[in-house]
Amino acid sequence: MATLNLADALCVRGLRKRYDDQEVVGGIDFTVPSGTCFGLLGPNGAGKTTTLRCCLGLTAPDAGQITLRGYSIPEQAEAARERVGVVPQFDNIDPDFTVAENLMVYGRYFGIKDAIIRARIPDLLDFAGLGGKDTARIQTLSGGMKRRLTLARALVNDPDIIFLDEPTTGLDPQARHLIWERLKQLTARGKTLILTTHFMDEAERLCDRLAVLDHGRLVTDGAPRALIATHIEPQVVEVFGDEAAAWARSRNTLGERLEIAGDTAFFYCRDSAPLLAALADAPALRYLHRAASLEDVFIKLTGRELRD
Amino acid sequence: MNTQRLFAIPRPGLRWLPVWRRNFLVWRKLAIPSVLGNLADPLIYMLGLGYGLGGLLPQVSGVSYVSFLSAGTVVASTMNAATFEALYSAFSRMHVQKTWDAILNTPLSLDHILAGELVWAASKSLLSGLAILLVIATLGLTTSPLALWAIPVIFLTGLAFAAMGLIVCALAPSYDFFMYYFTLFITPMLLVSGVFFPADQLPAAVHTLAAWLPLAHAVQLARPLLLGEVPSNVFMHVGALLTITVVAFAIATMLTRRRLLK
Repeated sequence: MATLNLADALCVRGLRKRYDDQEVVGGIDFTVPSGTCFGLLGPNGAGKTTTLRCCLGLTAPDAGQITLRGYSIPEQAEAARERVGVVPQFDNIDPDFTVAENLMVYGRYFGIKDAIIRARIPDLLDFAGLGGKDTARIQTLSGGMKRRLTLARALVNDPDIIFLDEPTTGLDPQARHLIWERLKQLTARGKTLILTTHFMDEAERLCDRLAVLDHGRLVTDGAPRALIATHIEPQVVEVFGDEAAAWARSRNTLGERLEIAGDTAFFYCRDSAPLLAALADAPALRYLHRAASLEDVFIKLTGRELRD
Repeated sequence: MNTQRLFAIPRPGLRWLPVWRRNFLVWRKLAIPSVLGNLADPLIYMLGLGYGLGGLLPQVSGVSYVSFLSAGTVVASTMNAATFEALYSAFSRMHVQKTWDAILNTPLSLDHILAGELVWAASKSLLSGLAILLVIATLGLTTSPLALWAIPVIFLTGLAFAAMGLIVCALAPSYDFFMYYFTLFITPMLLVSGVFFPADQLPAAVHTLAAWLPLAHAVQLARPLLLGEVPSNVFMHVGALLTITVVAFAIATMLTRRRLLK
């Protein structure tokens, strides 16, 4: 039995969810301390969105306990959601309203008085980089602006905890960096963030801790740097070219681990000097020498095959 | 979702009001074309058939045909307005715009959303029915103060049809599905419920069955009121419409929970 720690924003124990004959979430545990950013990573179909829906009380789990802001979910989900913000995977901004009307109407769902919402709107729009767009119609906004409006909308009730389901999917690099910067500001203000993503650089930059979910189970969890240190050799050399695969196979002792995908060979090394020396004698091959990243951990743990 | 939660009695409370206000705010932007659209079509039929066809007829049920038809037009257009709102508009918000998904992330539950949609569709149909009532009164087709009692009848009719419409909305895979509801239910009901002609003109078996239909109860209440009479069996007809509203809303809630809260 989990002990309730009020310092924890979210506590999930033994969560299971099955649809028909398929187990989508197969018994997972994780805890998110207040004021931290927690990332849930996993390939498509790993169970991330289902997990978030269970945490918000939108789907009743088949087994397990969830405590959100100290409230038991799903029984007390409505009370828990009073101070929770959600940025869903797909924008569902109200197309019938202007930017400011969207915030006003959404704030009313929380039972907040019109005057209070009206007073918050300028700050929310400034925060989202939408200052002066109060009366803009939704159809005139770019994808990045809509995403930022969704973020502003998620903050209308001044939430303690913000759930973000793939907050930057489909955005250009500028828009993505702006969202990252804003999310960092939110953690600096003491907000708890719980996000799903399959951008590893996003997870690495933003998250204090993260968990990798695959086929409905937690494969690993920890701080991004610690995960890299635990699971993967510190250096990676990617070798490309028509001959790369054959060349690499005959020299597989030059790295601790070798993986071949198409015409690229990935050497994972503790010491890359001998490999780089060998590459210097093979001018037909191109290569990239880099530090191991979270993406390497992710690929190692969840495999290279495509998920649909 | 487990069975216990799926079949729980709807508990909308009063927190649905922001959902109603959301729809009202959208409507306000398009209020004039919306009211005119809801008004023009039924009025054209009522006046065209009422005076055109009515000129060929002796009195129908003791009054001129256009007077007879006017009460039927009020409830039929109420039915249409509530049905369209609960089908096409609610489906857009649920399935296309995902407005309901957005609301579900707030402290409101699906029960609140559906209650807001129910009362909203009934409110919109009330406006539609009231507009026609007003035209009827202006034309002098109804003169009795009893006609004011038609206002709650219109609202109740709107509630019953909105609740039934929400069931269809919960089951619909796409907009095309609504055609079945109109062709198989709404249109036949329009013809057998005494809107255009007294229902007792129908074969006895059809007439007996048709008396059970929701629109027939609404006609049985509205027509006497507009003609300045107290309807017979008031409690039976009001009770029937209330029962339809409550039962249909409970079914719609369970079906929508099954659809959205998987």
